[in-house]
Amino acid sequence: MNRVVVNRTGLGLAMYAVAAFLFLHLPLLILAAFSFNRSRFTVWQGFSLAWYRAALHDSQLLEASSNSLIIAIFATVVSTIIGTLCAYGMWKRNSPALAGSLYLSLVTPEIVTGISLLAFYQWIFRFLRIPLGMHTVILAHIAFSIAFVVIVVMARLRTMDGQLEEAALDLGANHWQAFRYITLPVILPGVLAAALLAFTVSFDDYVITSLVAGVDSETLPMVIYAIARRGVNPVVNAISALIVIGFGALILISERLRSA
Amino acid sequence: MNRLRAWFLAPSWIVMGGLFLAPLAVIFAYSLLTRGVYGGIARPWTAESYQRLADPIYLGILWRSVWIAALSTVLCLALGFPLALFISRSGRHKNLYLSLVMLPFWTSFLVRTYAWMFLLRDTGLINIVLEKLGVIRAPLPLLYNNGAVILGLVYGYLPFMVLPLYATLERLDRNLLEAAADLGARPWSALTRVTIPLCAPGIRAGAILVFIPCLGAYLTPDLLGGGKSVMIGNLIQNQFTTARDWPFGSAISLALMAIVMALLVGFLRRQEEGLL
Repeated sequence: MNRVVVNRTGLGLAMYAVAAFLFLHLPLLILAAFSFNRSRFTVWQGFSLAWYRAALHDSQLLEASSNSLIIAIFATVVSTIIGTLCAYGMWKRNSPALAGSLYLSLVTPEIVTGISLLAFYQWIFRFLRIPLGMHTVILAHIAFSIAFVVIVVMARLRTMDGQLEEAALDLGANHWQAFRYITLPVILPGVLAAALLAFTVSFDDYVITSLVAGVDSETLPMVIYAIARRGVNPVVNAISALIVIGFGALILISERLRSA
Repeated sequence: MNRLRAWFLAPSWIVMGGLFLAPLAVIFAYSLLTRGVYGGIARPWTAESYQRLADPIYLGILWRSVWIAALSTVLCLALGFPLALFISRSGRHKNLYLSLVMLPFWTSFLVRTYAWMFLLRDTGLINIVLEKLGVIRAPLPLLYNNGAVILGLVYGYLPFMVLPLYATLERLDRNLLEAAADLGARPWSALTRVTIPLCAPGIRAGAILVFIPCLGAYLTPDLLGGGKSVMIGNLIQNQFTTARDWPFGSAISLALMAIVMALLVGFLRRQEEGLL
């Protein structure tokens, strides 16, 4: 009797889970499917790659994509290095003030981060006379990516055996050598996972970027947003499908590295 | 070692200080100044922007943001709990299911919001299918209302609810459930009287992780709510662009930050373990 009830709830749960996974994935799958639709309208009229061709020949999209890539690469490299050093330092001995501001940066609504950076840049540039541009976007992205890097790298450090370093120190390594030749190789998968995460977070950001970007630094999310504001466009479906696939691959690799 | 550690932490201090804390200090200063003639800021120093927060129009927007975020959080809990329960009981496929939950979360937030625009608009897939089936004659107004915003928020932040719920369910002592069953509890009462109460830390963590970003949401109400569903985030953006009232925009931002921090401090006091 009891077993039957348990099995029934198990089946109910499993059916619910299927529905929930469909809810999470179906919108993106449908969006991607319609990027192959010949028609511009939401009626299936046969397979076509026309929208992908259109996306690849759109100079504004290409320029925005290259801007996004440049920004994301710079922001990723810098925030990964800084964040890894920070995680290591905090693993040695916690710094509540720094940890607090990292957490705070993580929970601060993006719009507040964005406008405070905008106000800050405007205030500084009154004296320096530098306009907004790629550099202001890159700096902003470095700032909001660090917390993600620290969390991922810290998780990796916590699984590491602290005695490895002690052994290195006993055998005559100095602290820097112990970090460079013992700890860093051990946590490297975590560092790479953090970098991939920072890359996707940076590449995807719209709210903060749109506030601190200059005229020459339009990013891909900004173009997508501008088109989406005007209504639905199959070219955006095509780019979205590419972004979803690209991000999906990066995140799966990142997950693998984290559990490696 | 201490000198090396200082060198390791210094770059983060410089970036967080220079590009996060200092900007917050700047908007704090701005919030106490007056709006300039051509936008921007001017003297004298005043607390007027904070007094304006008590205006019924702005309190109304704050109230709407709070209930939209609260309803989204409750819906995330209702939808996320059974899913977390399923994953925690699913044996060797756990990691696969967890990846399935997280994957859409890490794909572009903008793209996910756009996907719902694609589905919900007047000539979107849902309306077209319903019309083809003869269920409706005229398209349903699915987009540009509070319902669409809540749907977008639930869709966007459901993984934030599922993960902490899963983490607590995973650590749950199975013997307690067996004991409940041995003592005659049916599955449902075991769930409501054993599992859910023991899950309280996970529920609190999930609720705070969903409620905070929903409260400060900007993109979702902007794209899915049209102009109709204004939340605090949109009000702040508006003050810095169209309205050009930077002092007031700064004051709203800091009020939002105060709410977020109060929630976070309240949460961390009750919770022994951290958020992440």
